[in-house]
Formats: sequence, structure tokens, C-alpha cells
Amino acid sequence: MTGPGAGKAEMGVYRGYPEASRRRWRRGWKSGALAPRKAPLPCAGLNPQGLKAVTLPIRDAALKGPLFHVAANVVVTANIAHGAVRGATTGQDVAKIRGFLKAKGILAAWLMVAAFASCAQAQVTFERLVNSAKEPQNWMTYSGDYSGKRFSTLDQINAKNAHTMVAKWVYQTAATGKLETSPLVVDGILYATAQDNRAFALDARTGRPIWMYQRQLPSDIRPCCGRVNRGLAILGDKVFLGTLDAHVVALDSKTGNVVWDVVAADYRTGHSFTVAPLAVKNLIVIGISGGEYGVRGFIDAYDAETGQRKWRFYTVPARGEPGNDSWEGDSWKTGGAPAWNTGTYDPITNQIFWPTGNPAPSNRGAGRAGDNLYSNSLLALNADTGKMNWYFQFTKHDQHDWDATQVPVMIDVKTPDAKTSDAAGKHLIAQADRNGFFYVLDRSTGKLLSATAYGKTTWSDTRDGEGRPIANQNASPTLEGHTVCPGALGTTNFMAPTYDPQTGLFYVTARDQCDIFSTAPQPYEAGHAFYGSAYFPSEEAEPYRGFLKAIDPATGQIKWKFEHTSPTWSGVLSTAGGLVFSGDAEGNFIAFEAASGKPLWHFQMGGAVYAAPMAFAVDGKEYVAMAAGSAIYAFGLP
Amino acid sequence: MLRPWRVGLVAFVLIGISAHATDDRNPFVGDAKAAKAGEYQFRINCALCHGLGARGGGRGPDLTRAQKKHTHSDAEMFQVISNGIPGTAMPANGTNGQGVGMTDEEIWQIITYIRSQEVKAPAKPVGNAEHGKNLFYGDANCSLCHMVEGKGGRVGPDLTGVAGSRTRAAIIDSVRNPSRRLAWGLTEATKEFPQEYESVTVVLAEGKEVKGVTLNEDSFSVQIMDTSEQIHLLEKDKLRSFQKTRQSTMPVYGADLLSDKDLDDIVAYLTSVGAK
Repeated sequence: MTGPGAGKAEMGVYRGYPEASRRRWRRGWKSGALAPRKAPLPCAGLNPQGLKAVTLPIRDAALKGPLFHVAANVVVTANIAHGAVRGATTGQDVAKIRGFLKAKGILAAWLMVAAFASCAQAQVTFERLVNSAKEPQNWMTYSGDYSGKRFSTLDQINAKNAHTMVAKWVYQTAATGKLETSPLVVDGILYATAQDNRAFALDARTGRPIWMYQRQLPSDIRPCCGRVNRGLAILGDKVFLGTLDAHVVALDSKTGNVVWDVVAADYRTGHSFTVAPLAVKNLIVIGISGGEYGVRGFIDAYDAETGQRKWRFYTVPARGEPGNDSWEGDSWKTGGAPAWNTGTYDPITNQIFWPTGNPAPSNRGAGRAGDNLYSNSLLALNADTGKMNWYFQFTKHDQHDWDATQVPVMIDVKTPDAKTSDAAGKHLIAQADRNGFFYVLDRSTGKLLSATAYGKTTWSDTRDGEGRPIANQNASPTLEGHTVCPGALGTTNFMAPTYDPQTGLFYVTARDQCDIFSTAPQPYEAGHAFYGSAYFPSEEAEPYRGFLKAIDPATGQIKWKFEHTSPTWSGVLSTAGGLVFSGDAEGNFIAFEAASGKPLWHFQMGGAVYAAPMAFAVDGKEYVAMAAGSAIYAFGLP
Repeated sequence: MLRPWRVGLVAFVLIGISAHATDDRNPFVGDAKAAKAGEYQFRINCALCHGLGARGGGRGPDLTRAQKKHTHSDAEMFQVISNGIPGTAMPANGTNGQGVGMTDEEIWQIITYIRSQEVKAPAKPVGNAEHGKNLFYGDANCSLCHMVEGKGGRVGPDLTGVAGSRTRAAIIDSVRNPSRRLAWGLTEATKEFPQEYESVTVVLAEGKEVKGVTLNEDSFSVQIMDTSEQIHLLEKDKLRSFQKTRQSTMPVYGADLLSDKDLDDIVAYLTSVGAK
């Protein structure tokens, strides 16, 4: 049961079914064709670790290998052409169903046996996403929950036993380039993406593929920085993918079949999607890439059922809109401010927090005088309407390509600043920015509470009235080049950070590197790279250095740092086991003691890391997954 | 010591004589406007290695030289830009992970720009290559650590193609100030092989001291070639000590050790090898 074009052999499986069913198969399953549940299964009160698992091997000539594990005393769904055998069952019922199926001569390929622990393969509802803390075995959004913490409450793997960890499986994607994906796991199935808009579902306990989708991309797509993708969103019975040709695609989560496919923008003018979308209520929220091509950035929300666009927020205001006067002349039309990393969501205030990228052209301020709103900003948008409640701009009038596209993490800590005592311990949002400063804001208002350098910075010595670091006069790029720290790649970049509520520390991958920034006039031409010049490694500067840093958000102080052999692009995960996980450019996956930064375990994955780790559990066993090279690895206890 | 270019890391080096292509499907030959557009694209896509103005950067050769090793015609240059040069740091279009891929039109514009920057008159040859070879394998002791065309030492970089990928000034600077460029790390985009020739001193568990250069390293292990060309494969947590420095193992060749004239001769020898 792979994606479209699964092959004629499998068609044979459907012999004996009504013509209508076969027709439906041929034209691809639309939403509802598999009789999805209308209501979620009850999740509460079931202990996934206490389940008695029964293995029900169902084999078919056309479906080699997969075993469907069916847990007893749970719900079984068997969708069979006409009618689904469905309902609460016991282990004996499972046997009966099997008998029924055998009697009918129909076996697994067509049988969608979904039988499960707790919410097993129930629909992923918005309520489940809001209450993800109740399902520590699952990882249902890019950052693991809406807050962006990338923290798992699983603690089976912990500081005492981490040194015994082993690789449990490896899945080779056969993709080349940078693998930036952060997998999702829901009820025993792992969903992830790879380059060139591959998406796939794996048996999370074995790594065996269940389905795979690969998009046929046009030959002239213009992704700026590799044919990458950072992951999926899941909602209902679908997963959602943003594509390099700027489509949003909904795939059936059980088959990988395309349910809907909508165009967001014209890829030929430099639009693309690399971001993992975020599912909020019934909407799929996604931000565009293309700051290197002078696109006008936007954040979109699509109806998860139909693909209809419900709202769009342009990150560069049009003439007549507030903020447009922060752009010189018509420069707003090619102003960039893309939105290419996944934001977070506060269900209490119904606000989406989404960060934006550089103004275009990235290396040239001449011609776009002004602050260039809302580039390099954090936006608080009403989830239902896309209307902006507040914004905070990290770098005004950026000329160094310092996209603020880092995950904004909702955390609650005390801040020592007396002026903000009202907000102490409440409703904060923290972002370790590419420009080298760690910002803490009041997420109710967007007011800046603190900004502290967490890496090598030379571009700002002063603050404005709000306490925001402001660029020095001499930090601007010149024709022949001028050295500024951090470099264009930033102190951090898209790599996901983590916040561990147990240690109260914010962990982020950081880089010390200075670049020579040059600038030159460049006319805009649609679909052509639009940088306004370039940057170079600075020969005069120190060698590049890469770190994992633990920042105390209350003070901005760095509690510990681990220096990598060279800078890495790895995201970071923290777990209730007192552990922090991250990878390195040399291919190691490393477990650190969260409190001290001491490496406790490492595994050589054989390829550089550009992805972010996550944790999940199946059958009561905790796993940690990480992509490296062109493969996805799952690790666990022996 | 020279920058850590892996053996055979020779991007575009120059051979032809004519400033313009003989096989020109280039639609923009001599078009000043296209050359200007190409300059924008060059700065974005090429200058990271080849330098502003195409005069050569820390890792890519000077493209203003009229002769290029890998390309004679514009069509060949188009192929090299599109597909890269296997075995070197020259990547295929759009694959270096930084910057954007170029359209065919943009590639032709870049070629037109490079042609417009070429210095028509080849530089007057400097130095006596034959004498330089004698010095390289003799009194200057270069070959104790460096190899050229399969002969010499292994502790330093192979210099067979170095004149193709480095400007003369860069080679001279690397001899006079060996640590200077070693101090400048590689970026991931061009880090196809990680050897940086950092100097390392370790004390093994049994107390033996080993000095050499790193062949590779990560946070937990290190692979070292010692000064007698023995390879040591070591786990860091089993060492008594591990010290690494970006001070090159290569001695500083001041004018007292090697005169300007002798250095010119050595560069002339390296250039004569690279031109083959």
C-alpha cells in the first residue's frame, strides 16, 4: 500500500469487490473514502504500557512483511470495501474477525486493521494536540507540543542508563543532500520527510515502511538552500506537506495517497515550502520560503479537510496598511520576510506565534530604507483570522541575512527585571535569535523583557528605548566587504532548540563565526537570486566554533556549554530522563546530562546532522529518533 | 604549510590563450550588460571561494588568469559550473547548500563576466623551475613533508596541483606564514574532506607522546599521522592528554632560511607541475 501508482500487482487484491470500490481506488482515495471515524477514540485512562499485545500476522501475496500488532481489549477497525467491521472488541473478537476474513478469502493488504492501545490510530484531533502532554508516547507536532519546547516527559531512558543505548533500527531514505526532517509519531507509526518532498510512514518499532510518497517536482524549482523539508503536520486522518514547488498537499495518513493538493504561490518566482506545517483547530498553518528571491512573504492557513485557504497574512504590509511606511518606495513588493520555520501556538489566547526572515535583498539596505516591517520579527496572529495582535522585530533593517526564523518557545520563568515583575513567571516566549541575542518577551503583549548575547556578536553596542540591540553604524556591508559577527549563518539558524522545565534551561546549538559582508547594487528580476551581494568567511577572524549551550532564560546566563569539533546544524531534544540529545557535523548522536552538559553516550551515524531529534514510545518502550546523512535512526535501551 | 587542500583539489585552472571561447554557444559573448548581470550572480554564487572580482579566494583559484586548467571554451566552463569538478571542492550548480542554484541564462552571464575580467597578457614567468625542483627535493627540505607527483612526504598536503588552485601570492604567503591560513577553518559547504592539518600532541595511555597532524577528528576520536608517517587511531577518553593547535607543524620559512629568489624558483617549479 504505497502511494499513487502502487502497481498492478496490488490491484489484484481487490478482485471480488464491487466495481465502485475499484473505481475509487483508481482515482485515488478522497477524504472519507476509508470511512474515517467521526469521533475520536477515548484516550484517557488507558495505560499504553499495560496493554497486552497480541500479534496478528496477516500476510498476502501483495503485501510482504508487515505484521499488524493488534492489542487486546481495544478497538479494532477493519475497513472492508463495503462496510467496516468496527467496534469495541476483545481479543476473542480479534480472532473472530480474523476468522471472518479468512472465510471471506480476504487478507491484509486491503484490510485496514487498526487495533490499538489507547488512541491507537484514532484520528488526531485538535483536542489531542492541545492535550499532547497526556500522550507522552506520541510526538504529534514539529516541536512535540504547541509550546515549542521539544521536551519529552518520557524518562525510561535516563541519565543512569543512557550509556547503554543502542541503535534499534535505521531507515535509509535514499535521498541525497541535507536531511532536515523532524519525525512525528502517532500510535506506533512514524511519519517523516526527506529531500525532494519524499514523505513516508514507518512502523515505529521496526523502521519498516508502510507507505511512501514522492512528489514529481518541476525541473526548474528554486529552493535557496538545498532541496530540503523539515517535516509534516498531522490532523484527522491526514498528514500535511509543504512542497518545493509551493504547494500544500494533504496525504492520507494510512496510505500516503493524495487527498488534496493546492497551489500557494508560483514557484517560478522563487516561492517554495521547506517548513513543517502546524495544525491548529481545523487549519493547517504554513509559511513561505523565498527570501533569497525577493518574494513578498506570507503565512497561510488552509482548511484541513478541503484545502481551501482560510486566511493569508502578508509579512510585508501593502501600501496603505500599517507598517508599509517602513519600506522605501516600492521596495515592499520584493521585501522578502519569508516565514520558513514552524511557529508555536497558545490555546489559551488562541494566538499563533510565527517568526519571519530577512528583508530582501538580504545584503543591501540601500533602496529599502526603514525598519522593513515585519521582517526578522516574531508575529502573534489570531489563529482563526490571521489578524496580527502584536509583533516584535529582532533586527531592524537587517543587512546580514539574519532571519529570525527560530522556533519561539513558550516558557514560564521568573525574570529578575523589576520593571517586568508583573509578568514574572507568566506567559513568556523565548527566542535564541540568529543575530546572536537571546530574547525573552511577554507573550501577551510582545513586550521585550530581556535580550542577552549568547554568542560572539560585534554588530550592536547599543540598545533602543525598549532594550532592543541596535546595529552599529559600521556594521553595514560595504562594496569590498566588512567583517561582522555573527556571520551570515548566524549564531544559530533553523535548528530546533529545546526548553527543559525540569532544569529550567533553554538549550540551543550555537556557532561563533564572523563573515565579511559585502554589498553591491542589484536590480530585482523575478525568479532570480536577489541578495544584493554576498558574504565570505573572514580570514582574519578566529576559526569557526560550534557549541551546544544551556541558557538560563531568567538571566540570559550560559549555565554550561559543550564545544563540538566543528559547528553543527543539529536541533536539540530534552527529556524528563534528565537528558539532552543533539547531533554533530561529524555524524555523532550524543546524549548529554541535562544539568551539566556531560556527554553520557554517543553513536556514530555516518553522516552530518541537519535534523532535530524527538522521542516516542511504542509498547511501553522509549525511543529517540534522529536523522543523519540520508537515514533516520531510532535508538533505545538494549 | 599550505591551506589544507586535498590532493587534486584543483578547480578551474588556466590553459587557453584566447580570451574568448572557441566553442561558443554563449549567447552573451562580449555583452557588457550580461557581464554586469553575471557579476551579481558571481558575487552570490562564486565569490565565496573565488573571491570578489574573481581574483581568487582562500579556496578557489584566480579566474582572471587567461588559461584555465579544466576549461578552454565557454561551453566547457558551462559544464564545469553546472556539474562541478568531481574530486575537488568545486560543487555542481545548486548543491553547495548555500546560495541558490543558477539558471542556464545566469550561468552564461557569469561566464561572460569571467571572460570580461580575464587578464589578457599572461604574467611574465618568474623563477627557475629546474632550480626550484632541486630545492624542493633538496636543501629546502619541502619534500620531507610534501609530495609532488607521487614523490615526497605525507605529513603535509600534496602540492601537485597547488599552483592551479592558489594564486602565487597565496603560495608565497603560505611558505612565509604557514600558520596563517591554517587558522582559518573550512565551512561545511566545502568541507568535503575534513583534513585541516592541525598540529596535535597526544600522550597515550601508556605514557608515550605522539606528535603529528590530524587526519580527522570528532568529539570522541582522533586519527593522527605522526611525523614518521605512522597512523594512530585513538579514542580521546583513553588518552592521558590531547593538545591541538592551529600553529602549523611546518617551520616558518623566513628570508634567512629561504631567499625570495629561491622561493620564486620553488613556486615556478610548482607552477610548472600544475600547468601540465
